[in-house]
Amino acid sequence: MSSVPNLAPALPEIFLAIIGMALLMVGVFQKKTDNDGEVRNARMISHLGVVAFVLTGLLVFTVSGPSLSTFSGMFISDPFAVYFKVLVLIASAMALIIAQDFLEQHKIAKFEFTVLLIFATLGMLMMVSANNLLSLYIGLEMQSLALYVLASFHRDDMRSTEAGLKYFVLGAVASGMLLYGASLVYGYAGTTDFVLLAQLFEHSPETGSSLGLIVGIVFILAGLSFKVSAVPFHMWTPDVYEGAPTPVTAFFAVGPKLAAIALFIRVMVGPFGDLVGHWQQIVVLISVASMLLGAFAAINQTNIKRLMAYSSIGNVGYALIGLAVGTEAGVRGILIYMAIYLFMTTGAFACILLMRRGGRMVENISDLAGLSKTHPLVAAALAVFMFSMAGIPPLAGFFGKFYVFMAAIEGGLYALAIIGVLTSVVGAYYYIRIIKVAYFDEPGDPLDADVGRNIALVIGATSLAILLFFVYPGVVVDSAAAAAASLF
Amino acid sequence: MIIQGLAFYMFAAIAIASAVMVISSRNPVHSVLFLILTFFNGAGLFVLLGAEFLAMILVVVYVGAVAVLFMFVVMMLDINFVELRQGFLNYLPLGAMVGLILLTELLMIVGGWHFAPEATIVGLVPIPEGVTNTQALGMVIYTDYIYLFQAAGIILLIAMIGAIVLTHRTRSGVRKQRISDQVKRRPADTIELVKVEPGKGI
Repeated sequence: MSSVPNLAPALPEIFLAIIGMALLMVGVFQKKTDNDGEVRNARMISHLGVVAFVLTGLLVFTVSGPSLSTFSGMFISDPFAVYFKVLVLIASAMALIIAQDFLEQHKIAKFEFTVLLIFATLGMLMMVSANNLLSLYIGLEMQSLALYVLASFHRDDMRSTEAGLKYFVLGAVASGMLLYGASLVYGYAGTTDFVLLAQLFEHSPETGSSLGLIVGIVFILAGLSFKVSAVPFHMWTPDVYEGAPTPVTAFFAVGPKLAAIALFIRVMVGPFGDLVGHWQQIVVLISVASMLLGAFAAINQTNIKRLMAYSSIGNVGYALIGLAVGTEAGVRGILIYMAIYLFMTTGAFACILLMRRGGRMVENISDLAGLSKTHPLVAAALAVFMFSMAGIPPLAGFFGKFYVFMAAIEGGLYALAIIGVLTSVVGAYYYIRIIKVAYFDEPGDPLDADVGRNIALVIGATSLAILLFFVYPGVVVDSAAAAAASLF
Repeated sequence: MIIQGLAFYMFAAIAIASAVMVISSRNPVHSVLFLILTFFNGAGLFVLLGAEFLAMILVVVYVGAVAVLFMFVVMMLDINFVELRQGFLNYLPLGAMVGLILLTELLMIVGGWHFAPEATIVGLVPIPEGVTNTQALGMVIYTDYIYLFQAAGIILLIAMIGAIVLTHRTRSGVRKQRISDQVKRRPADTIELVKVEPGKGI
């Protein structure tokens, strides 16, 4: 008989799960006499959700320290996991803050939104801490299932339901591929535990190069590529991003990507680290294809949400350069890149949420014309985000790309670095075009003047973070270095 | 041993007989009831094999949920079973072929055992010493896999929340019974005394 597992390393997850269920109960049993009562209820639960994310973040810091694994090795808490958990929690909290006004305007303010977001975040935390192919899959499924529902949360809107259904069907296929790959790996290696797999491949390289195992790894790679929306598994991204309610899209572009990239790194570097020769070329290919598609397909877009979707595909390409290098410097580069990406993207989506005319959302880039006259501060913040995404120094986006490209050059992948620089030049065209529209185009009908307090707060915080990153980069760079070191 | 043998023949015979009745009885409700009888006898066979957990699951899941669901469908939907049976002869060759394939497969498996007797040993999972298999399963699920088990529970909860969020609507104009409102009602709120003048209406 074994004793009770050590619950301390999983404290943030346990706390978040309990809070999620508690908020569900509070929401359900709250008296909702009329529509106003329901909105008030949803708003209260949403505030409580933000508080829960902050508290969970504090709990994450209490478990930061040496690597600890629990639940018979299924769950690991190390500096790498702590780093990504903090980022994911920031992403979720900001998504929740900017969502509430939108939901109320579209009459879909229901408290379940917060509950689903909490469970999606819980799934992400579990993904980040996964130390076994089984816990990887369970975390991924928990995240995805909540996200499918969130994508079609605006259920009376055709595009939203279409987005949810598309995401569900394609996501299920990707999960199936991942699971098939995991079963092949289990069949050929005899274990699903990451630590045991790493030891196995270290001591018997011939097991690692058996064909069935390689096929399994390729399937796992394909499943994970879908979740980070890397080319050639990106087809769902523009449609889902366009159709889903905008705050949900803002969350999709950040939270799940962070968690899936973390999983990608942990799986490839951890158990399959000794097989780097087998998967490196695949990651290089995925990375190059994503960068190219992200740069060229975005040029023709008129819908800003679709443009952001292609931009996120391109950004994943840049991040995967660091993984293709397969070194500690490369992983550190991804970690810095993703932290900066989180703030840029959330800020940009907060600006997109303000694109309303007569109370209705408008989503064309041309609708931004005259933004600098009507909303000078928002236009300035948007310019900061776009310049940062284009990689103009001294904004944060430049440093993100800098660390990744440096790692590629140190690792000898010159071609990858050169393609990366070239595609970011192409990307700069459409990012800067948005600034041009906002500042220099003839203004049409002005956008609605009211900027909600919540959205203003998020825009202010993220734009300051991007602007002032170069003043004190150490806080991100050092923790990223510590997190990357814990993997090797 | 002889009692076990007798029990086996009893369960097996009733299972087969009621299975035949499932597909041959005219009344669909009787079919479902015979199906339940088949499940119970299957559970009995599992108990004889020493797989009492499977037996319990069979009763709980199949009798408790699936058969009740069937009953629900049969009674709620007006399916004309006579019409469904009309093409019986047309489909007979196809059905017979499927049956034949199944029979061949079964024969191949059993034939395999004949040629390689050690195969049956490999297929058996060792029964842990000193505990029932329910207890053994519980020990694995609630110790080694407690993390996954609980997480799977949360996934099911998410599925439930999702289904409700996406389909539940509060319709207006539906009169619901609120007991507390009824109890709280006072005569003063609802009864109005009107003094009617003689010879006039209200």
